[in-house]
Amino acid sequence: MPKDGIGASTKRREDVRFLTGTGRYTDDINLGKQLYVHFLRADVAHARINGIDTSAAEGMPGVVRIFTAKDFEGVGGLPCGWQVTDKHGQPMQEPKHPIIAEGKIRHVGEIVAAVVAETLDQARDAAEAIMPDLEELPAVVDMKEAVREGATKVHDDLTSNLCYDWGFVEENKAAVDEAFEKAAHVTTLELVNNRLVANPMEPRVAVGDYAAHSDESTLYTTSQNPHVIRLLMGAFVLGIPEHKLRVVAPDVGGGFGTKIFHYAEEAFCTFAAKQLRRPVKWTSTRSEAFISDAHGRDHVSKIQIALDADNNFTALRTDTYANMGAYLSTFAPSVPTWLHGVLMAGNYRTPLIYVNVKAVFTNTVPVDAYRGAGRPEATYQLERCIDKCARELGVDPAELRRQNFITPDQFPYATPVAVEYDTGNYHATLDKALELADVAGFEARAEESKRTGKLRGLGIANYIEACGIAPSNLVGQLGARAGLYESATVRVNATGGVVVMTGSHSHGQGHETTFPQVIADMIGIDASQVEIVHGDTANTPMGMGTYGSRSLAVGGSAMFRAAEKVINKAKKIAAHLMEASEGDIELKDGQFTVAGTDKSVAWGDVTLAAYVPHNYPLDQIEPGLEETAFYDPANFTYPSGTYICEVEVDEGTGQVEVLSFTAADDFGNVVNPMIVEGQVHGGVAQGIGQALLENCAYDADGQLLSATYMDYAMPRAADLPMITVDHSCQTPCTHNPLGVKGCGEAGAIGAPPALVNAVLDALNRNGHAVDHIDMPLSPARVWSAMNA
Amino acid sequence: MKVTMTVNGKSMSGEAEGRTLLSSFLREELGLTGTHVGCDTSQCGACTVHVDGRQVKACTMFAAEAEGTDVTTIEGMANADGSLNTIQQAFQDYHGLQCGFCTPGMVMAASSLLEQNPKPSETEIREHLHGNICRCTGYHNIVKAIMAASGQDVPAVAAE
Repeated sequence: MPKDGIGASTKRREDVRFLTGTGRYTDDINLGKQLYVHFLRADVAHARINGIDTSAAEGMPGVVRIFTAKDFEGVGGLPCGWQVTDKHGQPMQEPKHPIIAEGKIRHVGEIVAAVVAETLDQARDAAEAIMPDLEELPAVVDMKEAVREGATKVHDDLTSNLCYDWGFVEENKAAVDEAFEKAAHVTTLELVNNRLVANPMEPRVAVGDYAAHSDESTLYTTSQNPHVIRLLMGAFVLGIPEHKLRVVAPDVGGGFGTKIFHYAEEAFCTFAAKQLRRPVKWTSTRSEAFISDAHGRDHVSKIQIALDADNNFTALRTDTYANMGAYLSTFAPSVPTWLHGVLMAGNYRTPLIYVNVKAVFTNTVPVDAYRGAGRPEATYQLERCIDKCARELGVDPAELRRQNFITPDQFPYATPVAVEYDTGNYHATLDKALELADVAGFEARAEESKRTGKLRGLGIANYIEACGIAPSNLVGQLGARAGLYESATVRVNATGGVVVMTGSHSHGQGHETTFPQVIADMIGIDASQVEIVHGDTANTPMGMGTYGSRSLAVGGSAMFRAAEKVINKAKKIAAHLMEASEGDIELKDGQFTVAGTDKSVAWGDVTLAAYVPHNYPLDQIEPGLEETAFYDPANFTYPSGTYICEVEVDEGTGQVEVLSFTAADDFGNVVNPMIVEGQVHGGVAQGIGQALLENCAYDADGQLLSATYMDYAMPRAADLPMITVDHSCQTPCTHNPLGVKGCGEAGAIGAPPALVNAVLDALNRNGHAVDHIDMPLSPARVWSAMNA
Repeated sequence: MKVTMTVNGKSMSGEAEGRTLLSSFLREELGLTGTHVGCDTSQCGACTVHVDGRQVKACTMFAAEAEGTDVTTIEGMANADGSLNTIQQAFQDYHGLQCGFCTPGMVMAASSLLEQNPKPSETEIREHLHGNICRCTGYHNIVKAIMAASGQDVPAVAAE
């Protein structure tokens, strides 16, 4: 077998360019005769636009053209890719999402006008001379206020600020309520899942270009899914047929969800480049990113668990308000519903579940998927509530969980919220985490902390997530306006090297290293013989891109299927060359052999024959060795795990220090352990960031208070501990050919409840009876809770 | 105005306005796009370079202030034969990068740290990186890479 096949911690080949400054990110692209755009953005949250005076700005040096909403008459709004149906069977309210604000401003950061100039500084200078005539309106920021009778409406043409009122499963509601009436114990918890900003380190960039000779538009953009952008922008916004539109997402500096969506700036640059017949470039500043990148989370929830007298969970119900912001971002409606409600069973056998979600428009930046997307919100509610429940009952929180786990012999397991978990072993990850975190030694460590005046606590959380998004026919029924397959073309060159063109997109995940490991394993050649092409609609098959921890499970499976087709054809050629029966041909270590004989022919000889078909069965098969596969998954994948966090709290200041963090995950099979562990580190860091530091805060007027890194607390090196990661508990996915589940989001899902549970444990075991503290657990919040 | 400085050992000149930041000058005028810009408040450290041997966020200096200085950017860090230097190699060996955007700043910061403190502790490394934000790695493997680059014994992460 090749040394760099499946299971090897192969060094990443992409690192060399990133470490030498030769990566090619979108902002590194500069085209001849390029113009620059600066967007004048709203500095108030809600206002009527009575007029925009651009006359002074138009005459300023270098200004080429100033665009306002009237230039986009006849151009479509940004489409929403998922239509949720409410509990009465009615479609959600879906307002137009214009490229440039039309008549009204609905959030701070919305584009009011765009200045295109010869240099960026000239564009910025001119934007300062634009005078919008605004009539400021009261802003709607708080979700519960927004849905009150008579509240100011974000969209005048909608009936209210309620996007939808979703019940799941509506038919279960009466039975759930009945179970609560019969319960021996009910635990109730109200909590906030704080609004976050994804903050990939590379801000968004768009460069639009137009070639008059071929009538082709090209957009270079910081996207996780260039084909999705091509489809949405071409078909729904600008009316450009896909064969006249190319979207390129080169090296992308992190995504975390916020680079999935189709944004106004992409459409603007593409549109303006065609209008002006010159390339138009936009580079977001970080300050712009805070007020224009889709935000994440922002749920306000009430969760209740009912138990019988033996502490078995008998029912669960939740009420959630989910902030959509001012407009529906590309996948926003699906996040609090199909990515949240269907995960409310968690790792447990709870037989009856009802989830209600009210999605609400407010005068804030649109909210959409951020690392985990819905699943962190579900897990946080459940794992916090179970912890509270254990404290109320006086039982061990780990054992209460274990008692209610779905057991290994129950898979496949159909939950009461419409999904079927294919595999899992929650007992195994719990045991592994308890062992690695040395929970047995905790009491002694807690005593030691007491001696130094600190309060030590330990928190546990389990998680399950649905990855590998998703079976197209299922999500179609649920309102998705897209298919969620993935594609790959495997092209074998005459000399035996392989090029894989994938619809998946890497923006830090290391596909250029891991995907070749799979091919190397299948053929038995060195991974260095395999090249990955991604991120350009001109040279990859129509693919859906990378999000929801789907690349290897769905994109890797597409590649596997295409490689299978290639190998099957190569076997036919080998059979011809060796004058043997095709059924007797085996491929191992890059050699085709005839079973039971010493005949063999090398991979390279077969590939050469495919392209130089002198001795070739031309009457039976075509020359060439290139195949494409589209893989549509049969189910989601269900990674799961147990996370344990240990903290110390300073009683005098409320400062929380994370002492250790242990993650025991079941990702199924693992292709590159080094990369998988890195994904968990990063996810856990973002989860700790949410729990301890990060908060996207608006004031009552809709002004964003945390709009720079001076105000939004990103986790820094000294805020985080070393993270213990284990992925030895493996129950391979049963329905994809690689048996993989996905690992990208787990950390961000499991870490927040583990950390918050640890802090509450520290407080409660040291005489501070505190039920809950909302994230982020800043010193002020923790101190106030202890001293209430 | 014309601004001239030595960059990665070569004398280089370009046009700058008074308000042009060193980070923009390196990227736009000199075409050295390895220096990245991740924020506009001098918080993220992606633009970290060395000016006259000192670690500097290139967005905190005007290009004109760098007139006549000796600047090193990520493009000047590899060995003379083009191979990765010790720190760069450690970042690859210990998976100290994912998306790569903060990486140039991290390498420049790490290099500066190891010049001042050849055997830093984990705490010293974490404190030195206070001005460099990474969103991908949780810093776990960056810290390991820097410890390994300093010759300290760190269990291998990548396969040989």
